[in-house]
Amino acid sequence: MTDDLLALKTETDAALAKAQDLRAWDAVRIAVLGRNGGLTGLLRDLGKTPPEQRRERGAALNQLKDALTAAIEARKTALEATALDARLTHERIDPTLPPRPRETGLIHPIARTMEEIAAIFGAMGCTLSDGPDVESDWFNFGALNIPAHHPARADHDTFYLPAREGKPPPVLRTHTSPVQIRTMLTHKPPIRTIVIGRTYRADHDATHSPMFHQCEGLIIDRDLNLGHLKGCLIDFLRTFFNIANLPVRFRSSYFPFTEPSMEVDIGWNRRTGELGNGTDWLEILGSGMVHPRVLANCGIDPREWQGFAWGMGVERVTMLKHGMSDLRPFYESDIRWLRHYGVNPLAPTMLHEGV
Amino acid sequence: MKFSLSWLKTHLETDASLETISDTLTKIGLELEGVENRGAALSAFRIAHVIEAVQHPNADRLRACKVDTGEGIVSVVCGAPNARTGMKAVFAAPGAFIPGTGVTLKIGEIRGVQSAGMLLSAREMGLGEDHAGIIELPGDAPVGMAYVTYAGLDDPIIDISVTPNRGDCFSVRGVARDLAAAGLGVLKPFRPNKVPASIDGGPRWHIDFPDACPWILGRAIQNVRNSPSPKWLQDRLTSVGLRPINALVDVTNFFTTDLGRPLHVFDVGKLTGGVLTLRRGAGETIRALNGKDYIVDPEDCAICDAAGVQSIAGVIGGDATGCDETTRTVFVECALFDPVRIALTGRRHQIVSDARQRFERGLDPALMPDAIEAATAMILELCGGEPGPVVSAGAEPAWQRDATMRFARVAGLGGSDISADEAVASLERLGFTVRSRDTEKVTVAVPSWRNDVAAPVALDLSPSLSPEMAAKMAAACAVIEPECDLIEEVLRLKGLDAVPPVSLPRMAPVPLATLTPKQQRAALARRTLAAQGLAECVTFSFMAVSDAAPFGPTPDELRLTNPIAADLDQLRPTPVATLALAAQRNAARFYPDVALFEVGPAFRTDAEDGQCLTAAGVRAGSTSRSWARPARGVDAMDAKADLWAVMAAAGVPLDSLTVTPDAPGFYHPGRSGSVRQGPKTLLGSFGELHPRILASLGLTGPAVAFELNLDAIAEPKRRRKGAPDLPAFQPLRRDFAFLVDSGVTADAVLRAARGADRTLIAGVSLFDVYEGEKLPEGKKSLAIEVVFQPRDHTLTDAEIETAGQKVVAAVAKATGAVLR
Repeated sequence: MTDDLLALKTETDAALAKAQDLRAWDAVRIAVLGRNGGLTGLLRDLGKTPPEQRRERGAALNQLKDALTAAIEARKTALEATALDARLTHERIDPTLPPRPRETGLIHPIARTMEEIAAIFGAMGCTLSDGPDVESDWFNFGALNIPAHHPARADHDTFYLPAREGKPPPVLRTHTSPVQIRTMLTHKPPIRTIVIGRTYRADHDATHSPMFHQCEGLIIDRDLNLGHLKGCLIDFLRTFFNIANLPVRFRSSYFPFTEPSMEVDIGWNRRTGELGNGTDWLEILGSGMVHPRVLANCGIDPREWQGFAWGMGVERVTMLKHGMSDLRPFYESDIRWLRHYGVNPLAPTMLHEGV
Repeated sequence: MKFSLSWLKTHLETDASLETISDTLTKIGLELEGVENRGAALSAFRIAHVIEAVQHPNADRLRACKVDTGEGIVSVVCGAPNARTGMKAVFAAPGAFIPGTGVTLKIGEIRGVQSAGMLLSAREMGLGEDHAGIIELPGDAPVGMAYVTYAGLDDPIIDISVTPNRGDCFSVRGVARDLAAAGLGVLKPFRPNKVPASIDGGPRWHIDFPDACPWILGRAIQNVRNSPSPKWLQDRLTSVGLRPINALVDVTNFFTTDLGRPLHVFDVGKLTGGVLTLRRGAGETIRALNGKDYIVDPEDCAICDAAGVQSIAGVIGGDATGCDETTRTVFVECALFDPVRIALTGRRHQIVSDARQRFERGLDPALMPDAIEAATAMILELCGGEPGPVVSAGAEPAWQRDATMRFARVAGLGGSDISADEAVASLERLGFTVRSRDTEKVTVAVPSWRNDVAAPVALDLSPSLSPEMAAKMAAACAVIEPECDLIEEVLRLKGLDAVPPVSLPRMAPVPLATLTPKQQRAALARRTLAAQGLAECVTFSFMAVSDAAPFGPTPDELRLTNPIAADLDQLRPTPVATLALAAQRNAARFYPDVALFEVGPAFRTDAEDGQCLTAAGVRAGSTSRSWARPARGVDAMDAKADLWAVMAAAGVPLDSLTVTPDAPGFYHPGRSGSVRQGPKTLLGSFGELHPRILASLGLTGPAVAFELNLDAIAEPKRRRKGAPDLPAFQPLRRDFAFLVDSGVTADAVLRAARGADRTLIAGVSLFDVYEGEKLPEGKKSLAIEVVFQPRDHTLTDAEIETAGQKVVAAVAKATGAVLR
């Protein structure tokens, strides 16, 4: 490289080094590469170079041009980076500010439990059936082998609505069992269904509410027996409470709509409330083989079909599962309680995610 | 029912422990309510002899005693004023727990004197309130003996809950029989001797109401002395919570519990005429033994003498003819009453008596002759006297019946592997007798006390069944029911825990959907509303009619005739009503800003289809305060957003909705709307709550609500989606601001714009609403963005111009709008 070219390179490098912002850098760029720039001038003067030196000088000039362009671009990148860094030092948020509010709602624990129950029995092949809260005497009692004089009626603390033209007064269903009847009247067996819904009894204290929720199950087939009843309920309880070895005990009992009837207890520690451990038993649901009269009342021949049914309190199992002590807050809509026990709506019950 | 262990052992020969007995009771279906073992807490206390009791050297009120405990002599400091030399007392050694004080004793030193134990008062033992001094026992009380044994307190009281089908176990003897059958011992025989009559006469029975009383026995006993019962009988009765009254009455109460056989005693001296008639009530008033007056009606069975009604049969006796210490001649009643009538009479008059409880479950008809003999013998023993003959009316009903069980059904229904021999043995232990047996089945005679087995079939068939079907069902029950009864007995005695559990066989390799599309929609509505920021509530279906009325119709047919409280008497017309009350309760707790929802029933009529599943919500107060955005009061559009979100989730086609300002009366009339799909189907409503409602709830801030009748939404059609519309050409967006009359709705403008060119216009949205001083009075500006979507070529300027003019023209035509 000849001296003049070397001088331009040196000058330019020095000028670039001096340029502290993009404006100064641009002045350097124009001074070198612009129309009247140093390099542009040298290129323009190449024609004036004697032909025998032209080839050599041309190559040197090209080399110089590449070097200068690269140096100028590199400086630009460096200046931009510096400028960005400088700008960013002033761009500050307080990262500890609370995030913009996004109101999150909640699913009521009763609804959550109902979902879990439906998921577990659903996996056993049950559908979910519904019926009205206002029922006729026949659906709530008569069809279920609870005639008017039956002592069991006295245990039901029934709410009545006004009677109409000689018919027995309609009732608020005292259990979800009338939906069993509705199902058997509209579906031919085999039947596998559960019912979860509101039920009503005239009782109000820390463990009784005039409105509460029951879950009912009805399984009708040709050869499902009491062993299946036990298996089905044990499978449910262990899955629901998520205790693989939860002790479950079956005791003979009596319900008008099942025979044999049994009450089901789970093992727990009465003092600590811990489920699955301890030597105490806690009654948790009622069950039995469907009474032949109930099948017959619905036109299902008990010589051909048999099955079992069960019923349990939704609030009761919810309270046990979550260690809640008082029933009343379930219905009070106290936002503090709801926030404490409510469930994320985006995490619905899915068996493959775990109950 | 309560009974003591010693009472049980008068019927049951057993050496089973209390624990085995209580476990077995639970196992065989006689659910244990509790065991009260007063002796257990006191078992450490022994009878002791106070050898010496002298003044404590350093304390005025204390005594220093030397006490012989039977295991040595110890020093005890005692504060009781009656502690004295030579007395017998109850001693607690160090380490014993004192139930009355809750303290475990330690050896101590009281003012310089060692005290290695304690002499106890009744209160300290938890046996009463007496704390005036320590218990003083008779001089012959054996030193060193356990006090509970000496005092007879080591007799545990067992309490069981008797199910409605087991009338036979409403007696100590019945429980003993079941326990014996379960292998816990041997039932002692009960064969009372016939007491021959030594006199003639006494009242006679006459039955005018055979439906209510098929058979009744009676017996007069003259010259009785009716004084308090002996201690053993009083102890029996008090141990089960009954109050001893006098010997004659105590005898009836004894047999009520002992045999489950209620008896009644009339004082013959107080009866008028020689005949007691069982007849329908005729509106007479009777004062019962509980001191209350009852009016007997024709459905009640009354026992009457010549003067009138003297007893409500099987439920409660009359005060006027009851036995007291002046009774000289007693007439014992031992009757069989119709269980259904007793139940209904008892319920009508709200009388719960030991007699009713047993009669309404039905009792052993064959026991009556023995029972009256046993009662006679006991009365003669306690009160003396001369018995008359047993008089009767009616006759023993035919209770004898058979039941057949196929052995295969023990496994087929019961899932149990109990063998035929074992099954038959169980039935025999329960008192069934084998009539015939082959390899497949057994036929047994049902014992007289088991009216729950092979009972007459009473069906309450669905009215929809044909007569042939009804006959078929009755025939089926006639064979299946007795068999079920017997299988239940066999399983029960073995214990249901012996039945191996079997998981349900699968119906399909992978379970089908559990929920119907409608149920899925309700679940989705719930999740959507929660995701919208509302907290789910479960509120009562009923509320005060006065609170309900502002929210909709409150027909009489939906008012409870027996509400549990006056403020829970009306089925709610909409969940908005109970949610508004919930908002009020939260505001009262200083949480005025809440967003609540519920998916639950709204009640319209008492018919089967008279309730609608409704998704409803209430927002009250303000949005949350934040540095990021100012808080503002909730408004109708918040409610609309919730409603639209849940409708979208439920699959309602939002484009086909019409919104009109005719919302129900609980909304602000000008800030609310009703939503319909098509012209008729009312889906729901939204808006601000009416200021009058806010005022009555005491809510100061704004409150808005919405409701959606989920039942009104058409079943979603499950069809595959078509191919997506993904045009290759870029869409073009143009803004238009229209000046319209204030009354013109946004919807009208948007619809007109959208309809201007159905193929080219892909979307129209409203981005600005302005009403104010820059515009003429009565006008507002609505600004919309229209998206033009070319399909086969890029639009030319002229085409864009034409499309824009179409929009302007269509909106102008529909609404009178002018482009600003």
